[in-house]
Amino acid sequence: MTVVAESDLLERVLAGEARACARLMTLAERGDPAFARAHRRFAGRLGQALRIGLTGPPGAGKSTLVEGLARHWRQAGRRLGVVAVDPTSPFTGGALLGDRVRMSRLALDQGVFIRSMATRGVFGGLARATDDVVDVLDLSRRDLVLVETVGVGQSEVDVACSTDLTLVVLHPGGGDTIQAMKAGLMEVADLYVINKADMPGLERLVQELLDVMDLRDLPPERRPPILTTVASTGQGLQELARVVDETLLARRASGALAVRRSDNLERRVRRLVEGSLRRDVWETRRLSDHLHQRLAGGGTLSAYDLADDVLHLYRDAARDDARTGLEGTP
Amino acid sequence: MRAVDPSTGAPRTGASRSPSFLAWQEAFGATPERDAPFETVSCESVPALVTAEDVAGMDMAAEIGLPGQFPFTRGPYASMYRSRLWTMRQFAGFGTAADTNARYKYLLARGQDGLSVAFDLPTLMGYDSDHAHSEGEVGRCGVAISSLRDMETLFDGIPMAEVTTSMTINSPAAIIWAMYLVTAQKQGCRLDQLGGTIQNDILKEYIAQKEFIFPPAPSMRLVVDTIEYASQHVPRWHPVSISGYHIREAGSTAVQELAFTLADGFAYVEACLERGLDIDAFAPRLSHFFNSHLDFFEEIAKYRAARRIYARRMRDKYGARQARSMTLRFHTQTAGCSLTAQQPYNNLIRTTWEALAGVLGGTQSLHTNSMDETYALPTERAVKLALRTQQLIAYESGVANTIDPLAGSWFVEDLTNRMERGAEEIFRQIDELGGVIPAIEKGWFQQQIARSAYQYQREVESGRQKIIGVNHHVEDESGDERIELLEIGIEKEHGQVAALQALKRERSAAKVAAALERIRRDAASSTNLMPAFMEASAAYATLGEMVDVLRQSFGTWRESPSF
Amino acid sequence: MSIDQPIRVLVVKPGLDGHDRGAKVVAAALRDAGMEVIYGGLHQTPEAIVEMAVQEDVDVVGLSILSGAHMTIFPRVKQLLDAAGAEDVLLTGGGIISSEDMAALAARGVGRLFGPGSRLSDLADYIRTEITRRRATTRSA
Repeated sequence: MTVVAESDLLERVLAGEARACARLMTLAERGDPAFARAHRRFAGRLGQALRIGLTGPPGAGKSTLVEGLARHWRQAGRRLGVVAVDPTSPFTGGALLGDRVRMSRLALDQGVFIRSMATRGVFGGLARATDDVVDVLDLSRRDLVLVETVGVGQSEVDVACSTDLTLVVLHPGGGDTIQAMKAGLMEVADLYVINKADMPGLERLVQELLDVMDLRDLPPERRPPILTTVASTGQGLQELARVVDETLLARRASGALAVRRSDNLERRVRRLVEGSLRRDVWETRRLSDHLHQRLAGGGTLSAYDLADDVLHLYRDAARDDARTGLEGTP
Repeated sequence: MRAVDPSTGAPRTGASRSPSFLAWQEAFGATPERDAPFETVSCESVPALVTAEDVAGMDMAAEIGLPGQFPFTRGPYASMYRSRLWTMRQFAGFGTAADTNARYKYLLARGQDGLSVAFDLPTLMGYDSDHAHSEGEVGRCGVAISSLRDMETLFDGIPMAEVTTSMTINSPAAIIWAMYLVTAQKQGCRLDQLGGTIQNDILKEYIAQKEFIFPPAPSMRLVVDTIEYASQHVPRWHPVSISGYHIREAGSTAVQELAFTLADGFAYVEACLERGLDIDAFAPRLSHFFNSHLDFFEEIAKYRAARRIYARRMRDKYGARQARSMTLRFHTQTAGCSLTAQQPYNNLIRTTWEALAGVLGGTQSLHTNSMDETYALPTERAVKLALRTQQLIAYESGVANTIDPLAGSWFVEDLTNRMERGAEEIFRQIDELGGVIPAIEKGWFQQQIARSAYQYQREVESGRQKIIGVNHHVEDESGDERIELLEIGIEKEHGQVAALQALKRERSAAKVAAALERIRRDAASSTNLMPAFMEASAAYATLGEMVDVLRQSFGTWRESPSF
Repeated sequence: MSIDQPIRVLVVKPGLDGHDRGAKVVAAALRDAGMEVIYGGLHQTPEAIVEMAVQEDVDVVGLSILSGAHMTIFPRVKQLLDAAGAEDVLLTGGGIISSEDMAALAARGVGRLFGPGSRLSDLADYIRTEITRRRATTRSA
């Protein structure tokens, strides 16, 4: 893309033009260097949108909850974006992105931008480019961005690192007790939402949550609030939206939000750096091929020896490049 | 070779087989089987041979019995086709009411016994012909009925007290039925003279056909309103046709079709009992509707199992006392999804054996598809052949000369038992999910169907399931003579829209407004809505206007799809 | 633009027809063929479909139409896609569509259409070939 075209694209994104936003998101998903260039230019404008993550086991009704919350905020005149992430099949590389259709009423609202993403081989609940896509929504002057993902594996942690506030959505009779859930779930929740609260087993689930908090000796001020909703009827949504708004307001005022964002930014930078190094070692320097050759050579090889071998080659190559004035571009 | 206990399906341990059987087994094993999966179209494995030993444990009297006697495996009536053949009822409808009226007269003149109305998509979804969403869709898949005037035209010259009519309509069924009843009254008929059916099976819409408008609870209320009204005022009418056809067309297996359909029916029974209706007052008028698909014996076994399961539940679980409350009576339609666009004349033959299965399964009424229906709605020529298919079976094949001729066939009885067991297992799963409506809300039925559909498609793509013309004996048909097709010109839509607008100018706006207000009031209370619908129909309120009141009162339903 | 990024397909049913067996089977098959399928659901208007296509920046829009309304709906969606600047999106689909109508629609910019008896693998191959070709053209432009 030309420099002129890039500027034009950014202007159009700022103006909220859907196609420009979508195109910029695609550049991010494809890892196109044009996105990184654009990001450097627009990063200064980011931060206006509040980013709310929703995660939890399948069947909890997250999409319905997102739809309900979003409609509530829309009625209050807020501009919204939604990012819905679903897993890519490790066998076929394909994905069925079915969250959008579960928010069908929202999809008809012109003031809401919905983007469906597949994880594309990344373990955990978010795609590599989720942060980037959320940035584009932020840039297009949304007030709120909702990020929805299925809570399995590491994804609860992932989504907390990409958002200002994390809602863990559970439902009674889900079959999993809290103890069976990953430790990560308990660490990242800023708020618990028990959806489908009209189903039997509500009291038991609340008690389990409280028991786990007791077990971890959490002082009262660090205990996340537990709210109940029935997203399909709208019950509890207004209250939930209020609590979310107030919590974010309070965190902004106290500086906690800034700390969270800074921590998230640090993690993101580490991810970018590590990702780049990884590509550099294995792909750019073709050390993946080298490793395969050595393994094919046979004999009993120590993993440590092989690793040392790779690292030596890498460092030598990097030193050579520095001497000759070439820089590997991430 | 399996030897199983027929009541449990468990292998009979220590079963001793006769020496001749063992000899057969050896001879059979010595000959290589041909390259085929030996499965039904539902992917159920079919045994090479079934013998008396496989059904030896059956209590023949209790399980099979006699026609017209509990559990009605052999048929709901003692005399079946010996006294009266099944009703030949071809589903028809297209264009305007006038077009369809002409087709009805054509079919009645050629020996069709009863009428069956196909409505267009706008009507099915509760939109008038002039609604923005109706553009391009008016009269294409069925007849456009937006008002009483259209209904009057549809039945012009057809004596409604003498001809029974089935109407395939679901979400707005109560309203369309109201228009029908008012039309009949204007012809001078009494309500108690009228016979027919409205499909009115909303549960399968959520599950399979997706022609829903309102959410489940108010939709069930409308269904119970119609059942109640029928039992009190239109006693010859079938207010529900509990359907499996669409479930099967959406891709379910035969056992799924059987179990999901019966489960839906039982959900309606429970809803009626909850309202305080007496089971023997409404159950005699419940009817069913099944698909007749490619696997000949699987379908026959399905129908027989259906009757047996239904009789037992109605008597033992729901307390029915009269035989008429326990007998499952059904309409059959040959499988639309079995037809191919390739080599379309083959469809005539597929439809023939599918129809035969329905007859050997004891259906009360039958629709046979036309060979051109993978392309368009049927031409006159094609639908006549479809009707002749039934007549040839009825008058020339001899199968209607005796009742339930396949009873006692070891293979068929064994298969009937297996279908019943499979259905009971599914009932158990539905119960575990909390019942039909919770299962619908969880997307469970929809997911089961989507999986079966995908599995079947993979069987076809791999060539395991052979379909002539599609993946077996495929021909280049580009040079073939193009079969004539029914074309529905866009002028039908324009004419319909103009007529509707004229109607709106001519009628009394005040009467319409008052009637719509009554619907709103009655919808908000627990008053049976049928009288309000009839009043509004008589005032020439349109379908869309009445449905809009209900949309506001009940809300609309959007599904969360499962794959 | 990289040629080997997953292909994004919107599978959706426009108009009033709710028979979704085909649409769901296609969605599952394209997923199994390695594509990212956004399932747009039932009863969608052409305007809503195009908005989805734009937001999701899809490569392909696949419509399933069994109601006979395809001569109204396909051209309308094509027109709206073009107006939204998404003229490079491949518009394809299936249903009950005669070969004459398929030809007429092709002349109006609609891609190849797949009637009853079509193989899922043919659809997947068609999409893959078309999108690869389009991406290569864009890259060299």
